Order: sequence, then C-alpha cells, then structure tokens
Amino acid sequence: MVRPSGTTQWFDPAERCPATPWAAPYNDRAMRPDYTTARLSGWGRTAASSARTARVATDELAEHVKSATGRGVILRGLGRSYGDPAQNSGGTVLVLGGSVDEVVIDDETGVVTCPAGVSLHDLLRRVVPRGWFVPVTPGTRFVTVGGAVASDIHGKNHHFEGSFGNHVHSLRLMLADGTVRTIGPDQEPRLFWATVGGMGLTGAILDVRFSLLPIETSVCRVETTRCRNLDELLAEMAHGDENHRYSVAWVDLLARGRRGGRSVLWRGDHARLDEVDERRRLDPLSYAPRHLASVPPVVPSSGFVNSTTSALFNELWFRKEPRRPARAMKSIPSYFHPLDAIGGWNRLYGRGGFVQYQFVVPFEREDALREVVRRVVSSRLASPLIVLKRFGPGNPGPLSFPMEGWTLTVDMPAARDGSGPLLHALDAIVLEAGGRHYLAKDAHTTPEAIRRGYPHLDEWLAIRREVDPDRLWQSDLARRLELVA
Amino acid sequence: MRNATGEVQNVLVLGGRSEIGLAIARRLITPATRHVVLACRRPDDADAALAALARPGLEVRAVAFDAAATAAHRRFVDGLVDEIGDIDVAIVAFGLLGDQESIDDDPDRAVPIAHVNYTGAVSATLHVARRMRAARHGRIVVLSSVAGERVRRSNFVYGSTKAGLDGFAQGLADAVVADGVGVTIVRPGFVHSRMTAGLKAAPFATTPDAVAECTIAGIRRGRRIVWAPSVLRWVFMVLRHLPTPIWRRLPLG
Repeated sequence: MVRPSGTTQWFDPAERCPATPWAAPYNDRAMRPDYTTARLSGWGRTAASSARTARVATDELAEHVKSATGRGVILRGLGRSYGDPAQNSGGTVLVLGGSVDEVVIDDETGVVTCPAGVSLHDLLRRVVPRGWFVPVTPGTRFVTVGGAVASDIHGKNHHFEGSFGNHVHSLRLMLADGTVRTIGPDQEPRLFWATVGGMGLTGAILDVRFSLLPIETSVCRVETTRCRNLDELLAEMAHGDENHRYSVAWVDLLARGRRGGRSVLWRGDHARLDEVDERRRLDPLSYAPRHLASVPPVVPSSGFVNSTTSALFNELWFRKEPRRPARAMKSIPSYFHPLDAIGGWNRLYGRGGFVQYQFVVPFEREDALREVVRRVVSSRLASPLIVLKRFGPGNPGPLSFPMEGWTLTVDMPAARDGSGPLLHALDAIVLEAGGRHYLAKDAHTTPEAIRRGYPHLDEWLAIRREVDPDRLWQSDLARRLELVA
Repeated sequence: MRNATGEVQNVLVLGGRSEIGLAIARRLITPATRHVVLACRRPDDADAALAALARPGLEVRAVAFDAAATAAHRRFVDGLVDEIGDIDVAIVAFGLLGDQESIDDDPDRAVPIAHVNYTGAVSATLHVARRMRAARHGRIVVLSSVAGERVRRSNFVYGSTKAGLDGFAQGLADAVVADGVGVTIVRPGFVHSRMTAGLKAAPFATTPDAVAECTIAGIRRGRRIVWAPSVLRWVFMVLRHLPTPIWRRLPLG
C-alpha cells in the first residue's frame, strides 16, 4: 500500500509475502546488517521469490554490486511491474534511493534531470504546480523514473507522442564493471536504445534527463463516448483519435450476445486556461491527488474478483456513462490514475494473484484482436479491468513494446483452472498475427514468444553480452524468458 | 522458473523409468516447459518414456544416473543445473521392491534395497535441495509409501526404507521451507505397475495415473503429504493406532 501523501515507499512490509526470518542459512544479516531477505513479487502477486534486498544510495551502488553473489543483481523501483522483472530468486535486489529534492527542473525549456528512484507521484506533485506535466504516464503514478525507462512505458498519448524513451535526452547508466556512462539518442545510441525497454538488464539507470510537457491547467477536457460493440469502438477510435492527445477505451469482456463488446471511450486533452471556469482560474494548477480507501491486508484467499462480481461491476460501469457523447472536466488523478485512489487494489484477487495480459497486434489484424476477445469472453475469466488503445509508431529500442497497432490489456485471476491454457492459446493468436507481449506486464509467456515477437532480440542480446559478459544483471524474468543466455 | 499460473520450466525425474514418476512429469508439462530430464540407470531403455513425453518445443532427454553410486550425485546434479538452469520440480521416484521371502532366505539381498531406497534417495535429494536452496525456489516430490505410517510384515524391508525416507522428507520439508523450497511427500497404497506385477493387490489398490492426479492436486493446494488414494489417510490413521496383537492378525498380505 503506497500512500499518496508523503513520500512513496519502495515496498510496504504488508505487501510482501510472509518470510520466515528465523531460519535462513543464506541470510547474511550478520555480515551485512543493511540487507534483509524478502520474498518479493510483482504487482500481480504471482510467483514470489526471495532475494537479499537493500535500499542503497546512488554513490554506494557500485560497492554493493561488487558484493553480489553468483545469482546476480537487479534494481527494483516501486514493484509495479505485474510479473517477475524486479525480483531475483536467490540473488540480490537493490532499491535506489533518491529524493525529489534532487530533481533539477529548467523552467525555461521544461527539461528535468531526475534520480531514477523518484516516483512519478513525487515528481508530479513537484512539477504540476509549476505548469509542467510528465511526457508519458501509465495508468498509475506509483512508478519510478528508472522503471519508466527500463520498461519504456506508454500512456494514453502513445498514438500522439510515443513512449517514455522518446522523450529522454540522456541518462546515466552504471555498467556491470562499475563504470558510469552518459548515454542518449545521440551518445552511444545502441546502448541507449537497448536500455530503453531493456528491463534493467543492461545496467543500473542512475538518473534521467527528459522533457516535460507544458500545461496551462491541471484539468483535462474529456470526451466520453459509449459504444455498443467492438466494431463501433474500433471505427470510432480509428477516426477520432488523431484529434486528441489522450485516448483510451474500456471494453466489457464478460457481456455476451447483443451486449458483447460494449465499451466506453475516453478522449482528452489538457484544458487551456480559457476553457476552465472562473473558480478554477484562480488556481489553475492546483494538484492534490486523493486517497479514497485501501483494501485491507487480509482478504479471503479466493479473492473478490469472479465472474459474478465482475459482471455486476461492468453493468454499473457501463451505465454510469452517458448514452450520448458528453464532455466534462476531469482532474489529472481522476483521468489518468483512477485506481491509485484505492491502495492495494491488487489484493482483491486473493492469494493466487492475477495476470495482466497485454499484447499489441498490427492494425490490419483486427481479426486476431476479435479472436482474442472471443476467447476471453467465452472463458469467463476476464475481470473488469480491460483497456484498449491505439499505438502510434514504435521507437528503435529492440525490446521496446509499443508498435503501430491495437493494444489490449486483460486482467484475470492467475490461479483459476484454465487460465494457463487460455493464456497459451492467446499467445499463439497474437504471435501468428505478428504481435507481441509487454515485458513489464508479462508473467506467463515463453522464451519463444519473446523471440518471435521481438525480431531484434538477437541484436539486444549481443549488446548485453558486450556490456555484461559475466551476467551480473539478472532477474526471474530474464531467467524465465532466457534473456541472460 | 515458475510462471504466474504455476507452470514450470524444468522437471527432473530421478528414476526416469518409474511409471508414477513419468505420470507426474507428464501432467507437469505445459507449453511453458523447456526441459524434462529422465535420470535412470539405463538411459537406452527409456526410449518409450521419451516418446511418450515428447512435444514440440520441449527437450526431453534420458541421462545415466545410478542411485546407488552416491559419490557421483554431486557432480550429476551440479552438471545438470549448470547446463539447463534451475530445476523447478524434482521427482524422486526410484526404488527397489525386492521379494520378502527371498530376503528371508538370503539377508544379503536386503542391502541393495536399503542402500538404493534410503541412502541413494537421501543423497540425491539432498544434492537437489542444495541447489534449490541456493536458487531459493523449487519443489521436490518424494515418492514414499503408506508404509511411512506403519510398516507391514509382508514387505517390511521395502516398507522400512520408505518409512525412513518419509521421515527424512518430512524433516527436509521443514528445513528448506524458509528458503522457498517445497517438499511434497506422496504416500501411495498398492499401485498396479511394472514393479508390482504378479503380486496380489492390497485393498484400495490404485494406478500410476491416479497417484499422479492426487500428486498434482496436492501440489496445487500446497499439501505437504499426499495420500493416493486419499481414503488411505483415514485407513492408516486407524491402522497406525491398532494394538499390535490385532495388527498381527490382520490379513494385510
């Protein structure tokens, strides 16, 4: 549970799975009092594994990396990747310190230099009142800037201005041998683009220089459109998206028959000063994200998410939106990060955790998208959290996820019977269509799926071998998907 | 590594021609599985087992492994893990049954049974556990027997090795749990298989496939001890507490 007020924590003790601290022969607490053994998982709370962990300052990092064991090191941010990229079974997991007070903003150009461990949450509270917004934000603001680069995150504006890596001027990367290099699209571009989306496996990102977006107000003008089915939604998105900076749709993947594929599309832009009312104009850049409630740490092991509760939620969610297209002003938190108002919402899935399955298929392969939707609907496994979005062109990062096409995100409980076979079947459809999977979300797919989905994987592996011949940087994801071979 | 739905990548079967071991391995194979290694004394005889497990994209191989040659176990396990990566599930399935009557005639025949079933299993399992503890994940499935609860006279040498192994596995489970390693102890009753061919079946006799089903269900639910069939748990709870004079009179074969 990360509290929206105060500074964000790297992980909450209640979030980790129960560890047994009294009997761990590999616990080197005696030698290194600053290390603890923790059982870590991603936001999906699946396949937890334990590692020695410590929070370290940037200038101590090299020394800590030297003391690592044979199972390597990975850096962890706020643990918001859904699967296993920020855990390292039997190895070392380090969390970089770094305070928002070290952030340097150039108020003329909007270029910011930010320590990798600072969260978008802390950064937004610092920059929004000064008239700036982050160039890209995912559905949560509880991600670190380092993680944003390592996962090359995208947001509702991808069709308009690309992913996070596209806005980075330069970054400082600590390599496995302890040397620090400044890299960017113009300095060592090969290593830079291997690091953008490289899941922390090329080195440790220390700080990042990137461009902010100027805004006049802290509210968004949002246009809501309800669609009766998937065809209507795809047509609407294909035509209207270019006129808006932000666009994202929700699809009901539990409704069947006539209601199948009913959806809601939200398109928005930052409101200009002359578009807001008098009262707002007095303080146009106020920014105060609210925390509504937290899910208690203990929920029934089967969770609260099943087809009955999900269908009920979907019915209400669809009906609360106006029948005809409507416009409204929404605050930054309520438009961009609605789920952040509820702490620990991932616990709603119970002990088995959940998978957030996200893939992209090219535009001309709507048939594959429809087939995936059909399979998910008939499986009755989908939860209400379904997101459809159009991607614009991708960037040169060999492991960067976005590419031109449709990206669909489906949440589902991980421990239900049939979820494994369903996900493999979906993989086959996605890969056949020339699509691929998002490493920051993946918790289930196979090395072959990554090999087929990312045609430049070999190039990335070659760069990694050059900068990390002894395989210092390792993670459970890297082992599972054979990215360390 | 294990993935989000609990599917595993690397499976090792120690006693790679064991019908129960193979039945469990077959149920662990998913599209996520990368390697299945059948470790057995004569890998050349494992062709049928290899063929039964073969799947596109999956590497199944049989490698030479002698449970009795404990001095080679360290190198065997290290070599395998260094080559294919962390083992997610190891199934300890080898064992010699022996014939109690011929042992009564020649006690020397009991020695290899005790050596393979207990010493060999302890050695191999500990070496696998050592690597799993360092990796801080993995699961060991130990094929014990209902004899782990009470040894019957009809095959008491075999039964006693399984009782010893069962106790070892229980202790191991407690020792490794803090390192993220799980141990599942399987206690089947009489199983119709190559090993028991020609023997008179005991009550509640079962098949390798049924044992494997129980085992998979037990792993999913995080059970430490799996009875196959599950009714034997209650049967043996009663048998265990029977006074010896009554126990001796029972026609348990």
